[in-house]
Amino acid sequence: MLDLAPFYLTLKLAIVTTAILFVISVPVAYGLAFSRWRSKVIVEALVGLPLVLPPSVLGFYLLLAFSPQNAFGRFLENYFDLRLVFTFPGLVVASVIYSLPFMIQPIQNGFRSVPVALKEAAYTLGKTRLTTLTKVLIPNMKGALLTGSMLTFAHTIGEFGVVLMVGGNIPNETRVISVTIYDEVEAMNYHQANVYASILLVFSFLVLISVYLVNNRAFKVDPYHD
Amino acid sequence: MIELAIARKLHGAGGAINLNLDVKIETGDFVTLYGPSGAGKTSILRMLAGLLTPNDGRIVCDRQIWFDKNRNINLRPQLRNVGMVFQEYSLFPNMTVQGNLEFALQKDQPKAMVDELLQLTELEQLRDKKPALLSGGQKQRVALARALVRQPKLLLLDEPLSALDTAMQIKLQDYILRVHRQYNLTTLMVSHDLNEVIKMSKRVLILEDGAIKKDGPPLDVLPLDNLKPFITGNLSH
Repeated sequence: MLDLAPFYLTLKLAIVTTAILFVISVPVAYGLAFSRWRSKVIVEALVGLPLVLPPSVLGFYLLLAFSPQNAFGRFLENYFDLRLVFTFPGLVVASVIYSLPFMIQPIQNGFRSVPVALKEAAYTLGKTRLTTLTKVLIPNMKGALLTGSMLTFAHTIGEFGVVLMVGGNIPNETRVISVTIYDEVEAMNYHQANVYASILLVFSFLVLISVYLVNNRAFKVDPYHD
Repeated sequence: MIELAIARKLHGAGGAINLNLDVKIETGDFVTLYGPSGAGKTSILRMLAGLLTPNDGRIVCDRQIWFDKNRNINLRPQLRNVGMVFQEYSLFPNMTVQGNLEFALQKDQPKAMVDELLQLTELEQLRDKKPALLSGGQKQRVALARALVRQPKLLLLDEPLSALDTAMQIKLQDYILRVHRQYNLTTLMVSHDLNEVIKMSKRVLILEDGAIKKDGPPLDVLPLDNLKPFITGNLSH
């Protein structure tokens, strides 16, 4: 009998991670796109680190940081009664950090792709930065927002190394689909592994197709049906 | 009256120039900035609008200080109440014609201003169209109408008609003159087109290498030798 819990957990992790990253990334990407602060390259490099680091490196350091034996983990446990090692909240925090560049970089490029003159026009019309952001910039970079969300969602679904390091393999809590497949292969249940893997493959493919479809439809200009 | 006494180092394709000018513009005047590319004309408009900060000097509009280096005053563009028409129109692609104008409404400003401007610039039929569907002339009319929604004291036009054909240029010159008079605006326009400058301006500032070389009525200061046969029509205008 196929256990659906890993699917549910993976989907929940991907949705929560994407939502949190979206909220964090819009202001951060705005700052990185428009700030003249020279040291912003340090922030850019930090954001990009998950692209080049092996997931095990990031997972290892997150595991150390979250551990109740260390200062940060102890602080979270003492003051917020929150344990991040081998728990779902820990997976979410790790996924948010690990997928940071997949959301921030497309949005940052999206901000840069909107002509500066549009922003300046809004300012000369008396509009604040916030109004300009919500009414002018964001509506004119929907593609970048969708791309960032899509990449983050897909990347989180496909996570393995970080999830395994930080979350372990606890059913209904941290055992996501990729870990389940690994587990089944280790136990030599190839048939079961194949079922999980093929479902994940088809699901990911369908998600990407639907996103591209929406993307194409949203940005198609039809002069006769405005 | 607008008092403009500013200095700014500019870096362009032709190297660095030091923009340095001290000029007063009377309320209600139509003044044109004329000069070669890279002379700093657009930068002057941008400094007036608050989009570029001078290195030194003062900008005062109707006794309100917009910029004063010594007193560390630099009013944000939002607080300067200028209407600016950009060379590349800069209409918001996500909004309709009417949406572009309504976006410019200030808090508690009645919507009647939008209807009035749509009527004045003959854009009523196009009010529900998105900018991507408009011709160059139509886009420029929207940009002009949008700049006027806020009822600015000062209208800044950065080569507003350079991308249009001659027939459309003439039509739009009339629109600009009409709104300039109707709303009692002080207008500062950047233009390369001698005919346009003669037709529209009361005063011309000729800018070269960052400084005003000549200042006066168009027929007194413009290099007209090559154009004498063409300007007779405009003189009678």
